Parts: sequence; C-alpha cells; structure tokens
Amino acid sequence: MGPRRYIPVLALAALVAAVERAVALGGAGYYLTQLIMAAYYCLVAAGLCLLMGHAGQISLGHAGFFALGGYTSAALTTHNLLAHAAEPWARFLASCGLLAEWQNVYGVKVLSVAPWAAFAAAVALAAAVAFAIGVPIIRLRGHYLAMATLGFGVIIYRIAAGTDALGRSDGIAEVPPFALGAGLAVGGAAALRVFNYYVAWGLVVLGALVIVNLTGSRVGRALASIHGNEAAANALGVDTARCKVQAFVASAVFAAVAGSFLTHYNGSIGPSEASVMKSVRYVAIVAAGGMANLWGVLLTGAALNFLSLRGVFDTYDDAVFGAILIAVMLFAPRGLLGMPQLRALRGFVGRRLHAGRAA
Amino acid sequence: MPGALLETHALSRRFGGLQAVQDASIAVAADSITALIGPNGAGKSTLFNLIAGSLAPDSGRVVFGGRDITGAAPHAVAALGIGRTFQTTRLFAHMTVLENVMVGRHVRSKAGCIAGMLNLPSTWREERRIREHAAATLADLELGGHMHAVAGTLPFGVQRLVEFARALAAEPRLLLLDEPAAGLNLHETAALGRLIERIRSQGITVLVVEHDMSLVMDISERVIVLDQGRVLTAGTPLEVQKNPDVVRIYLGDDHA
Ligand SMILES: Nc1ncnc2c1ncn2[C@@H]1O[C@H](COP(=O)(O)OP(=O)(O)OP(=O)(O)O)[C@@H](O)[C@H]1O
Ligand SMILES: [Mg+2]
Repeated sequence: MGPRRYIPVLALAALVAAVERAVALGGAGYYLTQLIMAAYYCLVAAGLCLLMGHAGQISLGHAGFFALGGYTSAALTTHNLLAHAAEPWARFLASCGLLAEWQNVYGVKVLSVAPWAAFAAAVALAAAVAFAIGVPIIRLRGHYLAMATLGFGVIIYRIAAGTDALGRSDGIAEVPPFALGAGLAVGGAAALRVFNYYVAWGLVVLGALVIVNLTGSRVGRALASIHGNEAAANALGVDTARCKVQAFVASAVFAAVAGSFLTHYNGSIGPSEASVMKSVRYVAIVAAGGMANLWGVLLTGAALNFLSLRGVFDTYDDAVFGAILIAVMLFAPRGLLGMPQLRALRGFVGRRLHAGRAA
Repeated sequence: MPGALLETHALSRRFGGLQAVQDASIAVAADSITALIGPNGAGKSTLFNLIAGSLAPDSGRVVFGGRDITGAAPHAVAALGIGRTFQTTRLFAHMTVLENVMVGRHVRSKAGCIAGMLNLPSTWREERRIREHAAATLADLELGGHMHAVAGTLPFGVQRLVEFARALAAEPRLLLLDEPAAGLNLHETAALGRLIERIRSQGITVLVVEHDMSLVMDISERVIVLDQGRVLTAGTPLEVQKNPDVVRIYLGDDHA
C-alpha cells in the first residue's frame, strides 16, 4: 500500500471542514457542540476499531479507559494546591511549569496541576493500567475476554461513583479549560466553539492517520497475520501476546485522550462516562461500522453519537445502542464475520434467544 | 554428532494415553538435507512441533546451534532461525501473496508499534526493504505474477510454493518442511526436489518429512526413520532402504 491509503484520511479532513462550513452557512452553529462531543466519542471508537477489527480482541471496558483519562485530568486540574504554594516542592513544580494558577467560576483562586501535565499523567496512567491488565487477560478468548474487560469497566465505574475525592455520583465539575496558548483553549466558551470543533475532529483525523499508518506497518501486518492463522504467524516469529497487548494499550490511550479532552471541553465529568452502557455503546458503534472498517466506524460513530447527544433517542438512548448491537450481531453484516470473539458472543446471544423462545 | 545444527535428546511427548514421541534423539548436520520418514501417526509432525516450540516436550531437550531451546515459544524459535511449513498449508488466506511473504520478513525487521503509528522515515525505508525483499523472493520462485493475488484464491500447488517463499523470506538457518510434496503432481514434485536442493545450496539446512520415497531417496543425504514415536534407524538412503525393519514397517511382515 503506497500513499494511496492516505486518500481516505484527506477525505475525512475535507468532510470535517465541509460540515463546519455547512453548519456555519446554515446558521446552525449550535450543532457544533454535539459534533464536538461526538468527535471525542468517535476517537474512542477508532481505538476500539483497531482493537476489535485488527487485533481481533473485544473490550467491554473501554468506557473505563475514557473515564480514567477524564477523571485523572479533572482531579489533577481541580485539586487546589494553593495552601501548599509556598512549600519547596510546589515551588519546584511551578518553576517547571507543571502547575497553573487560575480562577474558577466562583472567582476562587486555584493553583493546580497544569492541564498539559494532567493530560500526560492521564495518558500514562491509562497506558500503564491497560498494560497491567492487558498482559494477563489478553490470552483469554471469547466470552472470557469480554467478561474480564467488563469487570474492569465495572471496577472503574464503582471507583468513580464511590470515591469522595472524585465527587461520587456528582463527578467533578469546574474543570478548567485546557489552554493552548494565543488565547485558544479546549473548553466550552462559545467564542471558541469553531476552534474546538477543529481540535476535536483534528484529533480524530490524527487518530485515523495513526491507525492507517499502523495497519500498513510491520506490526499491523503481524496483527493481520494472527487473524489469518495464529500458528503460522507464530512460526514466522510473530509474538501474538505482545502484538495484542500493544493494540490493547494503544486503544486505551485513544480512549484516555478522548476522555481528557472532552472533560476539559465540558468542564466536568461524571460516573456515567464510566458506565458499562457506555462501553456497550462503543462496541455497538464498532460492530455497526463494520469492525475493521475505520471509515464505517467513524461515520457510524459520528451519526449515532450526534443523534444521541441531540436527544433524538430520548430516554431510550441506551436501549437504542443495545438494540443496535443485538441487531448487528444477529444479522451479521460482513465486518462481524471476521471476528472470533463476536462470533462467540453472537452464538451466546443466539442460544439465549433460542432458549427464551423455547421456554 | 559433531557439526550438527540441530539435535534432540530423548524427546518425549504424550497425548493422553498415546505416546506420540518417545525418547527421540536425532541429529541434523549443518548444510545437509535430512529426511524424516515413517508411517502415518509415527509422530513426525509432533516431533516438528516439539522442535519449533508449538508443543512442549514432557521430557528431553532440543539443542539448536549449540543452544538449548527446549520450551522456547514458537516466535522465539523462529527468531533464532528455524523456519517451517505445515503439513496442511497455512497461508494468511485474506492477505495478498506479497503480504504473506512480507510477514515472512518479520524476524528480519524491527519497526515496533509506535514507529509503525508514526511511519517515521526510518520506518518506511525499512518497509520498502521488506517489500523489495519479499518481491525478490517471489520472483526467485517464479511467483512474481501472483504477487497481488489474494492468497486464498490461488490453486493448491501455488499456495504450497507461496508458503515456501514465506518461510524462505525469513532467511532461516534451518527449514522444517512437513510433507511439502503432498498433493503435488509428478512434475511439481520434481520441481520441488530441485528447489529444495537449491535452498540447501544457499546455506539453509533442510529437515523434511516426506512420504514420497523417490523424492526422499533423490535429495537427502541422511534419512531418519520414526515408528510409533521412536527412532527406528538413521543412515544414508541406501542403508535405510536395505534395513529389514524399515522394509517391514513400510511393506508389511511378508516382505521382511
Ligand atoms: N494435538 C494432539 N492431540 C492428541 N493426539 C495427537 C495430537 N497431535 C498428534 N496426535 C496423535 O499423535 C500421533 C502422532 O501424530 P503425528 O501427527 O505426529 O504423526 P505423523 O507422523 O505426522 O503422521 P502423518 O504422516 O499422518 O502426518 C497420532 O496418533 C496422532 O493422532
Ligand atoms: Mg504429519
């Protein structure tokens, strides 16, 4: 594959710009907010597309990585260190540019970890956690891997919803904007909406570029070969476990980046972002988009999340995504067939339905 | 055996109640073509799997190039220079022929996950070298015309050759071939024999499991006979052909 593989990335970038222009010309700037949020959810789906479509692994815990990123950024950038400002360690950190001083919406002065440092910590933490749980669980297959990642998601949700320092069910609010210099920032200010649209979708385009690069590289080919025939891949020197863990960590990093940025954009994060239903939603988007089909996944993700955020699905939001997942698995479009995990899961759902009908 | 590239020492492997390989000690001289023969179920493929690390032995050792590799994972064994083809062809059916052979370069290249994501200049230069080497390997086996075909769509004989090319692309020191002539016609088998001799002349040691006796007798310097998991005898093709035990297991007691 030569440079031609970058054509869809350019097309995506053009589409992003075209949508922004159309929205501006149509005087529907208020759509941008949902489009920005949808972009970050698309970024999670893109990472999951790499994991499910290319590495053949399922994760029902990706909302956990999203929340890990978001909560780390939120907690570090809102924890007020002003009382410690005079202490040597705080002065040292401040002199390194790791701390930032700002005023929250109530006019209270806050000294906290700078957003970029919190972002770096969030990504590093998500990568470390993904590696730590990835090494033991990646050898699991089918339902077992699904359940293990589900368990991880549930743990993160419980921690988020049950820890005082994380605001329990209220989550963390008053997260400062992520200042990028020149008066620009990732945040909810209406004046920065167009800028934020381009930051969010710019990250999606960047993520797509990274995935296109990876899948066309030595490691991407190794992942594809594992899909084709694991024993033959091993006999050619491909370390199955290593490749799969790398894909798992990469997809977790995608989710954490999205979580961190969206938290700054929204100015808050709550435990619902870590919920199992959110994880199911990401899986549903990837399944509906055609698994390894990144462009299908991104378009599906953009459309479904946009509709969901516009409130089109009303109180049936979660039900809609669950239904999409079931429908896709039952009627198995092309993308699904390649993945043993979902095939196993599909068999499981199918048997359940049969059992239900027989009863 | 002095000068042996590969040695196994009393390898044993049991499947439930079945002793598939028992106390098998073999030696493969460097730069030789050695044949491993024996009736169906003798344990030939199991012995290959024990050498290549896809099965762990219950006891015994595998020594390759003077190094104990017993229990090493298959990918690690491959990295040390042992390549293999399988009894039933195992191509990456959904990938193109070129991509299949490019995977063969895995152990000879090093771009990692992050380098791949960033596609740095060093990464794409390596990628170009991988592609060129794979294309040259295919051209060498006269498979250049199939380069962009999806592997799974090719005729059986061509698939076998592609699997060969894929293993060769790794430039192994030792190549394990499990029944390479199975399913090939007379013409293809003769070409295969010449190919194996050519591979050896390039400095690759070959250990081949084969049922086609004329091919075995033609190309190999040494023949090892396995029966019911045990090494029955080993020697030159002529010695082995004359061995009454070998005649018995191949032709039945009447001929002994
Ligand atoms: N994974 C396994 N589990 C259980 N039994 C096995 C396994 N692999 C091989 N066997 C058994 O071990 C014995 C040796 O099998 P193996 O495949 O090594 O024989 P072979 O010499 O390669 O035979 P063939 O010429 O038919 O390929 C056979 O009886 C086979 O059924
Ligand atoms: Mg066999």
